[in-house]
Amino acid sequence: MSSSTATKSQSDRQPVAGRLVRFNIKRCEGPGKTSRWESFNVPTEPGSNVISCLQWIAAHPTTVEGKKTTPVVWDSGCLEEVCGSCTMLVNGQVRQSCSALIDNIAPGEGDEITLEPMSKFPVMRDLWVDRQRMFQALERVKAWVPIDGSYNLGSGPKESPDQQATRYVLSTCMSCGCCLEACPQYNLEEDPEKWPTSFIGAHALSQTRLFNEHETGKRLKKDRLDVLMGPGGVSDCGNAQNCVKVCPKEIPLTESIAADGRAVTMHAITSWFRR
Amino acid sequence: MQNQQRVIVVGGGLAGLAATVRIAEAGIPVDLFSMVPVKRSHSVCAQGGINACNEVARQQGYSEYQHFDETIYGGDYLADQGPVLEMANFAPKVIDLLDRMGVPFNRTNEGQRDLRLFGGSLFKRTHFAGATTGQQLLYALDEQTRRYEASGLVKKYEFWEFLWPVIEGEVSGTEGDGRCVGIVAQDMRTMQTRAFRGASVVMATGGCGLVFGKSTNSIICTGGAASRCYQAGAWYGNGEMIQVHPTAIPGADKCRLMSESARGEGGRVWVPSKKGDDRKPADIPESERWYFLEERYPKYGNLVPRDIATREIFDVCVNDGMGVAGQNQVYLDLTHKDPDYLTRKLGGIMEIYEKFAGEDPRFTPMRIFPAVHYSMGGMWTQYTPGSYSPETPHREHKPGMVAPVDTEPGRGMALGDPKNMMTNIPGLYAFGEVNFAYHGATRLGANALLSCIFDGLYCGQGVVNHVTQGDPADRPVEKVDQSIYDQAVEREQAKADRLLDTVEGAEASDDTNPYLIGKEMGEVMEASCTVVKTAERLNKTLDTLAGLRERFSRARLSDAAAWTNQSLSYSRAVGDMLILAEMIAKCSLLREESRGSHYRTDFPDRDDERFLKTTVASFDGGAHGVEQHEIGYRDVQTMLVKPRPRTYGKVEEDAPEKKGPTASGDPATARTDPEPAST
Repeated sequence: MSSSTATKSQSDRQPVAGRLVRFNIKRCEGPGKTSRWESFNVPTEPGSNVISCLQWIAAHPTTVEGKKTTPVVWDSGCLEEVCGSCTMLVNGQVRQSCSALIDNIAPGEGDEITLEPMSKFPVMRDLWVDRQRMFQALERVKAWVPIDGSYNLGSGPKESPDQQATRYVLSTCMSCGCCLEACPQYNLEEDPEKWPTSFIGAHALSQTRLFNEHETGKRLKKDRLDVLMGPGGVSDCGNAQNCVKVCPKEIPLTESIAADGRAVTMHAITSWFRR
Repeated sequence: MQNQQRVIVVGGGLAGLAATVRIAEAGIPVDLFSMVPVKRSHSVCAQGGINACNEVARQQGYSEYQHFDETIYGGDYLADQGPVLEMANFAPKVIDLLDRMGVPFNRTNEGQRDLRLFGGSLFKRTHFAGATTGQQLLYALDEQTRRYEASGLVKKYEFWEFLWPVIEGEVSGTEGDGRCVGIVAQDMRTMQTRAFRGASVVMATGGCGLVFGKSTNSIICTGGAASRCYQAGAWYGNGEMIQVHPTAIPGADKCRLMSESARGEGGRVWVPSKKGDDRKPADIPESERWYFLEERYPKYGNLVPRDIATREIFDVCVNDGMGVAGQNQVYLDLTHKDPDYLTRKLGGIMEIYEKFAGEDPRFTPMRIFPAVHYSMGGMWTQYTPGSYSPETPHREHKPGMVAPVDTEPGRGMALGDPKNMMTNIPGLYAFGEVNFAYHGATRLGANALLSCIFDGLYCGQGVVNHVTQGDPADRPVEKVDQSIYDQAVEREQAKADRLLDTVEGAEASDDTNPYLIGKEMGEVMEASCTVVKTAERLNKTLDTLAGLRERFSRARLSDAAAWTNQSLSYSRAVGDMLILAEMIAKCSLLREESRGSHYRTDFPDRDDERFLKTTVASFDGGAHGVEQHEIGYRDVQTMLVKPRPRTYGKVEEDAPEKKGPTASGDPATARTDPEPAST
């Protein structure tokens, strides 16, 4: 995995105990406001990560110039790289900030770390962005299994271990947004009216495959493929393959996109014949 | 005609989403509130699995009834038995449903759902989806919720924070004339505070791990919502019961759970025998290492039961100050094992440790410490008993015995009864970890996911019936006077304004810094109210908490923003956590016995005579000028199985503990546990 090798090479430098690390943070008071930069010196301890440093700043909101400021606003939840909340740009790389360990990315006294919000989503404030468009995309492709209801109606369809393994990895997508940040085809779109026609993104394409592969889920396959055939669908993918490189869960996104592409082609041909 | 009354669900984890799906399916619109997008709720963190008897286990002699018995025994008899019986009986249906929703459960060759052995059962009864079962279950329910959202029956209020329940009338016990008719909530982006009407309100806001500082919980698990309901008159049950897992990675920000299988695979726990020895572990020779578990428990060594391991590690670090580098951590050492073997057997653990501790445990001993993991206590709830009520309780249920009762719904808890999991405030429900039911004095591994979804589905039906046939049908909340809602909003607005007003003015100091007050609260609560408790220390803690509350009354915020003010949200939660903390400490002090996760060195034995009872705390909000917690006890329903001693604290002195499954089916003691018995 690329990120672990990156971690290894970075950790060749031995971390200096109790050092101060300088955080340069891109700040913004709210949507439509201009951004500014602020810097903070943060004392570290072994095991510190970006989140623990942001927590320290929240308790001590004073910049390197000694100016009192407000605590930095950011989004986080589980801090175990499972919930998908704390994605941001750490030193220019999109990643989960909870697993960004200071000993690896800034081992020396006075080392600097730059934090920026993701650029493909509207900024709420500081490092917190609004990723509602991701969830809207899941609704767009009907990313669910159309069960009859939640009452006791027996078990679901059988599934082979291979099929389970394929679906399981797709199902670990935590809607974090890394794939979209890295994608040259996916652009910031603040107007929700335009979301249904702008590029849907790798995460939703992969979820489409997940549900098309489920025995009951595939009942909606036609609906999903209709969406992927339309504007902002699978043909908008430029095949840059950036998405798969940054996915923290190592989901085979490009395989999913290829599978969707084939399904859409078949769907187009059969639709044409049915006409 | 479709009922137009709306139900409010607060919290979008497993319990909240399961409730939402069940209520929306009945045609009742649901307003779903969550501080985070529901897909990011803390339920995603659960790893191990979800318990349910299945056909294979059944044909080997296991039964739903034995699952029930194990749960009651695991919880040291402090759970009402009817609801637990119902949950165990209902469990297979939960799995079936999740399966139909598309959860990628691990499969056998034939395509059946695979099972793993979990804590102390001869029978495989734990269903799992890779190592992220909680994530997979949450996503399945999230998807179904989105489906209802697309159809217009569910309206999500994500990034909204619950502030207070709106109550019409006076709260007084379970039959008072007060009832919950809505909530006040705040949009965490626009900071707008407003009230919402609801025919019923389901609280599904999870545990309160952050009261204890660093825990394995998500950083949203403050218990703030539960505390606000408690302050508004809802009772709180068994607050003192908090489960601490022996091995977690202490982090600068939180603790991350480490599977017990590391010890099972030969991990040795040690600290340097010289206090304050700051050499690297590899430089400390064998003779200068203190393998305290092996020394104190020669028979079992590092394989002592989980609660003993927790207590000993705590003792060595907190009481003796012998932790690594003077900190609260000990080494869990696997470096004597073949690295390839470790990768093969413990790959998952190796990876998480490497990722978050930044060191390779194949070559450097892991540094671990016990961490607060699960709140058994929570909002007190009631239920209507089912049809099964034997004249005398049974003894332990043994494998292969015919279960004394069938698994028809309604045996343990009446099906569809509106009282099920309703708090003492009519119309206000508590589902999942935020209620006190099912787990008793300590949680059986892989039962948490089950209890949450069970509440949502089974008791969700009760909410539907309450709305369509109960009080709200007779007295629609639409007709409640608007002034009640306006006043509730004004009160919350005033509280927020008071906090925001502190930003300007005198110089801020550590003394009045809400973040530091919160940190100190976590430290004192972790030290005194978790693993080992004594009257002396609890009394001191109460003094400390009083001091912290006084400081909080003078708290000064550092952000006055009228947009996404996280500082306000956190500080407000600190005030509410302090009240919860005080109640937890008081409950701990008054329970003069040891039971399950509650261990008092001054009262080391379980005392059924005095304390086979639910602790019920209620809050007097200071109508008479003084706020106080009133703590009483209510009988536990024990009519189905008879309490038997759960003496795992003594096994190392007495007869050797029987290995594995025959050890009374207790997951906390079973030493053949191949999987982490925690979720």
